Amino acid sequence: MADPQKVLVYRHAAVTRITHWINVLALTLLLMSGLNIFGAHPALYWGQKSTFARPWVSIGAEQHGAKMEGVTWIGRTKFRTTGVLGYSGKPGAEEQVAFPSWATVPSERDLADSRHWHFFFAWLFVLNGLVYWLVGLGRGHIVKDLVPNQHDVAPKNIWHEIVAHAQLKFPKGEEARHYNVLQKGAYLAVILVLLPLMVLTGLCMSPGFDAGAPWLVDVFGGRQSARTIHFLTAFAIIGFVLLHLFMVVASGTWNNVRSMITGRYAIAPEKTGEAA
Amino acid sequence: MSLTANRRGWLQAALASAGALVLGACDKITSSPRGAAVLQSAEGLTRRVQRLVVNRTALAREFTPADISPDFRPNGSIDPQDADYLALKAKAFADYRLVVDGLVERPLSLSLADLRTLPTRSQITRHDCVEGWSSIAKWTGPLLGPLLDRAGLKPTARYIVFHCGDTLEETLDGTGVYYESIDLIDAYHPQTILAYAMNDQPLPVAHGAPLRLRVERQLGYKQAKYIMRLEAVEDYRHLGRGNGGFWEDRGYEWYAGI
Repeated sequence: MADPQKVLVYRHAAVTRITHWINVLALTLLLMSGLNIFGAHPALYWGQKSTFARPWVSIGAEQHGAKMEGVTWIGRTKFRTTGVLGYSGKPGAEEQVAFPSWATVPSERDLADSRHWHFFFAWLFVLNGLVYWLVGLGRGHIVKDLVPNQHDVAPKNIWHEIVAHAQLKFPKGEEARHYNVLQKGAYLAVILVLLPLMVLTGLCMSPGFDAGAPWLVDVFGGRQSARTIHFLTAFAIIGFVLLHLFMVVASGTWNNVRSMITGRYAIAPEKTGEAA
Repeated sequence: MSLTANRRGWLQAALASAGALVLGACDKITSSPRGAAVLQSAEGLTRRVQRLVVNRTALAREFTPADISPDFRPNGSIDPQDADYLALKAKAFADYRLVVDGLVERPLSLSLADLRTLPTRSQITRHDCVEGWSSIAKWTGPLLGPLLDRAGLKPTARYIVFHCGDTLEETLDGTGVYYESIDLIDAYHPQTILAYAMNDQPLPVAHGAPLRLRVERQLGYKQAKYIMRLEAVEDYRHLGRGNGGFWEDRGYEWYAGI
């Protein structure tokens, strides 16, 4: 099945590959333990303090005759979310819980244990991120490979990439040796904005940290706003991961996975290759 | 077509069972002493780094009267049914005495009137519950540091234990009575007070009447309510189930700065 015309290029440095997979592990467990923690008080507010009667998002359960129903409120709109949010579980063993047990670590709602998971993997995540940033800046990976150049940001090029992505056409030959502008933008947004935002809003929920950096809590508009942004950013990261996985599959699952494990990425020649 | 459907079904089943395996493994780690110890090793790191980057005397943010929560949520015990507490409550805490003992030179027994003669502080601060919510209130009461100085800590004293008047969980061995402990860094912090007033009113029963701890910069469960006795100790392992507090005995961190 080997295609003699394809060339293998060395795409990802070892540091990138290792930090990527540690990130996969850490973010997965941070998300799942975070959903468990959220279950202790499944409501979100803006500002410094909780306005208990008026959360902007809340998840709960309501009794309807003999039946329980999971409900999710966003503002003043109520959604019935039985089976997923508010009320879920195996038939006959449903329980009132914000997120279903298959999505949380530990699977049972337990604030003390989920906090242990969360803070352990928060440290792993932060240290891993520091390694990535220090090496990425030191070796020029971030500036060279991720910061868009002049050609990238030309409106014509951006439009060309949007159209090509919408048609699921992926670059070949020389063009495939570097990231395109949409990739660069997405990856930069994640490592520059979303992931640091998770750490900073997480720290703002710590009363000990807040005493040392009250200005940071103000940047986010208060501790409850920070908690809300922590939650929204987590779901923005889920959105990125879903898109990322879709693109991985659409542009060649095995080639992409191999490049993130061994570093080697196969590039099809420009003229004769078929659409990926 | 059917091949694709088969493949998709197989993939879904594989993903589901892989997920269940991982979840099961996580639950096993949580319940194994070794796994739990590894996860909890992060607490020491968090405490050390927070103490390193945040000045020991850095103040928690103080707010204005306009910020005070109209709906401050009471949590934990909100109406203790312990006989001794009920007897005190029946007389509006006229017979209440705060006992200060343990590793001190001069054990004390102070009435609420005595406590009002000590150096007092008022502060409007944010209370952050471990569950995730926050409420803001004004607290007034004597500073803990000068009170401890009046009793005179012995050099071996390392922690202050707060023995409370409420049983939060019925147990056969008495380990369901609330207690808490803090170290001397937090005990002598300029915002650490024993509050007898909340929002300029006598502390309500739901919030810990007649006296509760305010150790700002830590989570709500450290703010012990219904305080009956302060004990200066070298170690807290002989108390309760040995972890320094009611919730600490139930898996929560002793250092509740995050």
